[in-house]
Amino acid sequence: MGKFILRRLLLLIPILLGLTIVIFLFIRLLPGDPAGAILGERATPESLERVRAALGLDRPLPEQYFEYLSGLVRLDLGSSFITNRDVVDDFLQRFPATIELSVAAMIFALGLGIPLGLVAAKRRGTLVDNLGTVVSLIGISIPIFFLGLMLKFAFAIQWPILPDSGRIDLIQYFIPRVTNFMTVDAILAGEMGGFVDALRHLVLPGIALGTIPLAIIMRITRASVIDVLNEDYVRTANAKGLPGDVVDNRHVLRNALLPVVTVIGLQTGLLLGGAILTETIFGWAGVGKWIYDAVVNNDYQVIQSGVLLLALIFVFVNLIVDISYAFLNPRIRYS
Amino acid sequence: MTTAPATARASHEDRAVGLWADAFHRMRRSPAAIVGGTIVGFFVLVAIFAPFLAPFDPTRGSLGESYLPPSAEHWFGTNIQGQDVLSRIIFGARLTLGIAVMSVVMGVSIGAFFGALAGYFRGWVDSVIMRAVDIMLSIPGLLLAIGVVTFLGRGIVQIAVAIALINIPIFARLLRASLLGLRETDYVTAARSVGVRGPSLLLRHMLPNAVGPLIVQATLALATAVVDAAALGFLGLGPPDPRTPEWGTMLSDTYRYLNNAVYLAFFPGVAIVISVLGFNLLGDGLREALDPKLRR
Repeated sequence: MGKFILRRLLLLIPILLGLTIVIFLFIRLLPGDPAGAILGERATPESLERVRAALGLDRPLPEQYFEYLSGLVRLDLGSSFITNRDVVDDFLQRFPATIELSVAAMIFALGLGIPLGLVAAKRRGTLVDNLGTVVSLIGISIPIFFLGLMLKFAFAIQWPILPDSGRIDLIQYFIPRVTNFMTVDAILAGEMGGFVDALRHLVLPGIALGTIPLAIIMRITRASVIDVLNEDYVRTANAKGLPGDVVDNRHVLRNALLPVVTVIGLQTGLLLGGAILTETIFGWAGVGKWIYDAVVNNDYQVIQSGVLLLALIFVFVNLIVDISYAFLNPRIRYS
Repeated sequence: MTTAPATARASHEDRAVGLWADAFHRMRRSPAAIVGGTIVGFFVLVAIFAPFLAPFDPTRGSLGESYLPPSAEHWFGTNIQGQDVLSRIIFGARLTLGIAVMSVVMGVSIGAFFGALAGYFRGWVDSVIMRAVDIMLSIPGLLLAIGVVTFLGRGIVQIAVAIALINIPIFARLLRASLLGLRETDYVTAARSVGVRGPSLLLRHMLPNAVGPLIVQATLALATAVVDAAALGFLGLGPPDPRTPEWGTMLSDTYRYLNNAVYLAFFPGVAIVISVLGFNLLGDGLREALDPKLRR
């Protein structure tokens, strides 16, 4: 196991270096000029030169890259051109909001997707199964932004039972920021009403972000359970008279969920991309909204660093998934 | 098609059926493929005949006619500029399908080229290409597209390039994996043993047998491309001319007015969902039809 983890960690090095090189070159070599983007179309050549010098864009590329890399190691990714705030600080402050939303989405996706997939597999070919297949196909095909808008319209405007935006009712509750996880901070402040309110704010964006993973997890669980149901050990368990629940939980699900673990890892990338859309629609002050605002304002520094930081997180989540997969499935380790 | 597998099969079957004839035959019996194909066909026709189908000019509108609810004259209502929403959706099909096809064609050809190099030459070529693929795959797709469009500037070609970049590593990895599997098959060994070498082995014997998964993935990639293009439009990175009817941009234009004009978001959204559903269904149907394991 230790050897496996070591090998995976070593494989990370070229990926991480490559990632920094790609993002670095991307910005320097493409026709778009950061200085031009900052100053706008009516910038004079002199002011363009000044900004390029201030950004270090006039120095040789290897020197710039080395500078960039050493900044990265010191966790110094520069500051926003618009707000002048430190990019890493902003990111760290906002990232908990995105994690909170992603966790809510994954709880929704796993909590519904696994049981629905199991039921569909056990009643294969029935109306329930076919209905599930159709629903999951539609779930995969609905863009997050459309689903989000419709949820917002239905449950926050037309039939206002849930809040339409934000993370908590700021007028009613004052929660001191400690961890920046709103639910956790509310509990730390001893504000149970605030905790419930924070949960209510999570419902609509969580569903919007969790629907595609839900549909995919449901499909994978169904396919995987069908495979396992045909195994000899399941027949044996049934034959020796174990109750249905015990067979389902101990024999079927435990083996069928292996592929689901991989899917959870792959979904993280989609969640991070989807967070940009979901957070924009629901005014959620996370990393996604931050990047959206940067796009709107042409804030190169934030876009560049935001893409890099999210990619790093994606790489690490996949590493963790690979390791836990190897942990769950001994066959991987020795191949 | 290569003749070797077909004749081999003919010896123990009543009649020889080629892969494509067989796949087509089985697609006609797959409800997913039929529904998906019909939906895709419908949107293709709408895109081609847009000027004849649209009741109004999608770019012209008068402010006196803004925010008209759906009616006999304007089936899907009008937007803030008084433009007819139905006509904009019809012309939007052109743009969306155009971007999707452009991006997938670019993604497949470039991705397949590198995948073929990696899978055929192995060794350091393979290592270099696959590490590059890993790096590209480590950036979440939509994020990559946002980055590309912000730096290349807004525009239809830029959007297509951005989405193509998401697809390149996926197709490279897919074709490489197929080729690696095919190298070990008996007929490739047989072809090699009678002296078939180099490009001929790759192009005549291996590629035709690796093309099935590529087609399936390309169809599914069209679905993703439609969503990604609309997502870029929704985020304000759509075509620079605001009069251009783009489905995602149409949604973002209106989401501030949800409470009194929900139809403005609803109809373009439904157009996206149905077209994406069509590509997904067709892709699933194709997968079943082209999967050799499911052939009889």
